Amino acid sequence: MTYQRQPDFGTPESHSGETVTLTIDGRETSVPAGTTVMRAAAEIGTSIPKLCATDSLKQFGSCRLCLVEIDGRRGTPASCTTPVENGMVVHTQTPQLQKLRKGVMELYISDHPLDCLTCAANGDCELQDQAGAVGLRDVRYGYEGASHLGQAKDLSNPYFDFDPSKCIVCSRCVRACDEVQGTLALTIDGRGFGSKVSPGMASDDFLSSECVSCGACVQACPTATLTERAVVEIGTPERAVVTTCAYCGVGCTFRAEMRGEQLVRMVPWKDGKANRGHSCVKGRFAWGYANHKERILNPMIRESIDQPWREVSWDEAFAHAASEIRRIQAKYGKDSVGGITSSRCTNEETFLVQKLIRAGFGNNNVDTCARVCHSPTGYGLKTTFGTSAGTQDFDSVMQADVILIIGANPTDGHPVFASRMKRRLRQGAKLIVVDPRRIDMVRSPHIQAEHHLPLRPGTNVAVLTAMAHVIVTEGLADEDFIRERCDWDEYREWADFVSQPKNSPEALQPVTTVDPEELRAAARLYATGGNGAIYYGLGVTEHSQGSSTVMAIANLAMATGNIGREGVGVNPLRGQNNVQGACDMGSFPHELSGYRHISDAAARKLFEDDWGVTLDPEPGLRIPNMLDAAVDGTFKALYVQGEDILQSDPNTKHVSAGLAAMECVIVQDLFLNETANYAHIFLPGSTFLEKDGTFTNAERRIQLVRKVMSPLNGLADWEVTQNLANALGLGWNYTHPSQIMDEIARLTPTFAGVSFAKLDELGSMQWPVTDKTLAIGTPVMHIDGFVRGKGKFVVTDYIPTDEKTGPRFPLLLTTGRILTHYNVGAQTRRTGNVVWHPEDLLEMHPVDAEDRGLKDGDWARLASRAGETTLRVKITDRVAPGVVYTTFHHPATQANVITTDYSDWATNCPEYKVTAVQVAASNGPTEWQEEYEALSERSRRIEHDVEPAE
Amino acid sequence: MSGGTHEHLVYMANQIARNLAVLGDEEAARETAEHIQLYWDPRMKAAIYADPAGLDPVAARAFAILRERAAAKAG
Repeated sequence: MTYQRQPDFGTPESHSGETVTLTIDGRETSVPAGTTVMRAAAEIGTSIPKLCATDSLKQFGSCRLCLVEIDGRRGTPASCTTPVENGMVVHTQTPQLQKLRKGVMELYISDHPLDCLTCAANGDCELQDQAGAVGLRDVRYGYEGASHLGQAKDLSNPYFDFDPSKCIVCSRCVRACDEVQGTLALTIDGRGFGSKVSPGMASDDFLSSECVSCGACVQACPTATLTERAVVEIGTPERAVVTTCAYCGVGCTFRAEMRGEQLVRMVPWKDGKANRGHSCVKGRFAWGYANHKERILNPMIRESIDQPWREVSWDEAFAHAASEIRRIQAKYGKDSVGGITSSRCTNEETFLVQKLIRAGFGNNNVDTCARVCHSPTGYGLKTTFGTSAGTQDFDSVMQADVILIIGANPTDGHPVFASRMKRRLRQGAKLIVVDPRRIDMVRSPHIQAEHHLPLRPGTNVAVLTAMAHVIVTEGLADEDFIRERCDWDEYREWADFVSQPKNSPEALQPVTTVDPEELRAAARLYATGGNGAIYYGLGVTEHSQGSSTVMAIANLAMATGNIGREGVGVNPLRGQNNVQGACDMGSFPHELSGYRHISDAAARKLFEDDWGVTLDPEPGLRIPNMLDAAVDGTFKALYVQGEDILQSDPNTKHVSAGLAAMECVIVQDLFLNETANYAHIFLPGSTFLEKDGTFTNAERRIQLVRKVMSPLNGLADWEVTQNLANALGLGWNYTHPSQIMDEIARLTPTFAGVSFAKLDELGSMQWPVTDKTLAIGTPVMHIDGFVRGKGKFVVTDYIPTDEKTGPRFPLLLTTGRILTHYNVGAQTRRTGNVVWHPEDLLEMHPVDAEDRGLKDGDWARLASRAGETTLRVKITDRVAPGVVYTTFHHPATQANVITTDYSDWATNCPEYKVTAVQVAASNGPTEWQEEYEALSERSRRIEHDVEPAE
Repeated sequence: MSGGTHEHLVYMANQIARNLAVLGDEEAARETAEHIQLYWDPRMKAAIYADPAGLDPVAARAFAILRERAAAKAG
């Protein structure tokens, strides 16, 4: 399609059920009560001139351009602040209005540069449009306004320019930062003609201010004051394609705005139901990796990992990979090979990889990166509720009265949803945060948690059991709900357990370190404060009791009746974009798509009939088990699509030993990642911009990913897998990913109603989508009953982790991520985001730092029983004494050299969040870091002088 | 945790049993057996059958249940 901005109705939509009828320019129209005259006019196609109004922000009424006349009223009210009334008769264009608007516009233009032809917003400027709309032909005051012309540009941000000379002080950017993003980083400095937009304090520029570069201000700006650097450099786009972001599990939808095959900018799609027109620094701006010079575009092979890579043709690569798989299976048995699907890839690609392994390799040795993040969510929620997924849509948070965040850091990990959450909190909802660190949600502008429970890492189950103790012993449980919806006997058993004195907040305080009174108050608030909604992340799952914690959360929600309606629920915040989808697609070694166990003969038969093969009824190996088996010599080949297990998985030395023990490691990725250092075959991958498919976000929402440019490597990832399958003799002939989705729908009851055509028509669908659900699927689950029948209370006994602190390792390390980076950083490290976080830092409490003679910025040696690394120290009281924290975004640090093999008892999800460590001053990299750097350098050599074989 | 794969498998089995211990020994053994049946690859189970040293009593009972089930299925 040719380029058009998304329609802007000027003011937000009203959701009133009452209808009002009025007449605008002789046309009668009916709209919900509370709608403004401006919006009512826009909805029938009448554009009233405006500058300070935009439909993502509350009406402001400052520009005085949107004046109208209303019969029976004096004066010319602003249409953006005037609500509609029954019988109202509005005139949007009269000689008087024309004169007034022209006068207003003259004032604006008298102090605005007239460099339209060379302006980055030429053709995409609302000021320019409105000057045309009001018929401005001359400015009586001249064009040399002194207030705004000739000011210095702020070019500090890597992604957008701030040119104050172009500013009309409409405040849209300031309001966007306040209302949409909730950071409140911008303000209007000065008064009257001296008013200027200012980030932070007078001494700040955009980069040094509290601005989080979400892009809301850039999107709101009606002029070229805030403009994407890419638009300045390339020009305005000429077409737009709606697609889905490939970063976190929020699943924002964007308009990829293009010029030819060149991406100009990603603009959040206002109709996107996950993001509602908002974005974060990653999705909005950090897509430069797609064209990064380090992308590998040709397949490569080598005999051993100490050799340089040799570029080959696709045909040679597929033939070699297939022959290696078959050779190894012939020598070591069919179960000696396996593969890993990726949460960064589409549902269709993930489905194909697990199909390749089950149908082509002939075993169930398939696993996915959810193993190391949300596998306990699958286990815990399936056990208690019957479905391995969150219960709500994101909109639900706007009905929550009490929000409980446990083990999640939404402002960094899921920033767009965090903004929604903050909006609800500003409206008056109460917040409880359970986290060892004082995350931003505990206290930030206009946000203050009612209760922060700064527990000792590893004691989630104890804290949740203590909360349950308070709820049950103080008679706060919702027994009517429990009797109707849950197994009463199981509830009684659970209630008896949590009621024991040993589970009181006071008794558990020595373990949790949480103030019992604060915990009791938090439990009371959650149980009695109205709609209670729980949101959690990897601080829940990545523990030796990750699954127990998920079940303990489910117990709390059931005990208080906080399930089965809007505003409540249990909501895992998924890390990567398609974690939910990868799990749905049968990526786990024990499950077919739709979470049906591989031992289920009826489910297996469906697939066997469709695929024409016999499936192994026994579960296969999980990722850590694959690595163990490799070290043992029974697992010899691995196909890894879109993951970097060497950097992301725990105990790096064990991972590298496992990979090094294999005879064939096939890596499919955009870059020569860390895992590729141990690979024998490299298959270049494609970005989300280069393929069609679907992602499923944390609210079970399936959304289309649309190809906006040709794959630089020549093939989309699903085509690579298909070619590999065909080299193994499987004879697949998909010509478009929509056919793969048709197969998924045919074989997966919860996806029965899903198709690309329906997704295109409806925008998105939330599974389950069946003939018994709405066409859009199921926004809120368990409304009339739990999927498993009766909700199951599970007794979750607190079992301390075996990872113990002691004299040698007296501190507890917990790991996580930061706003500007994503997972192992393979994408974001190759973008401008490195300006904010060029290296992993170790957060340490001032007391612990002083004990060790460390100052802010000093190099320190971080050691655990598994290994050691060095990194610089950041001294902060965000962490409690005795706790240190770092991120895992940079391979130079290799934070996972430190983490151990301890894992969740039910799923083997690694215990990233609890590692006993010691920190000491250091003056250089560790032996491991030096050796690894040398290995990386050796391993990444490519022989370019060899002509690819035809 | 350190040690080889076999030691790791024994640790995993004991960890499952320990987390289910609140159910009482017999129920915990049955649930441990069920869990291992549902989630463990056959070679992992075989490694424990071949050398059950280090299993705590509930985990050992779980593997006995699995053996009984396998024998009943075979015979």
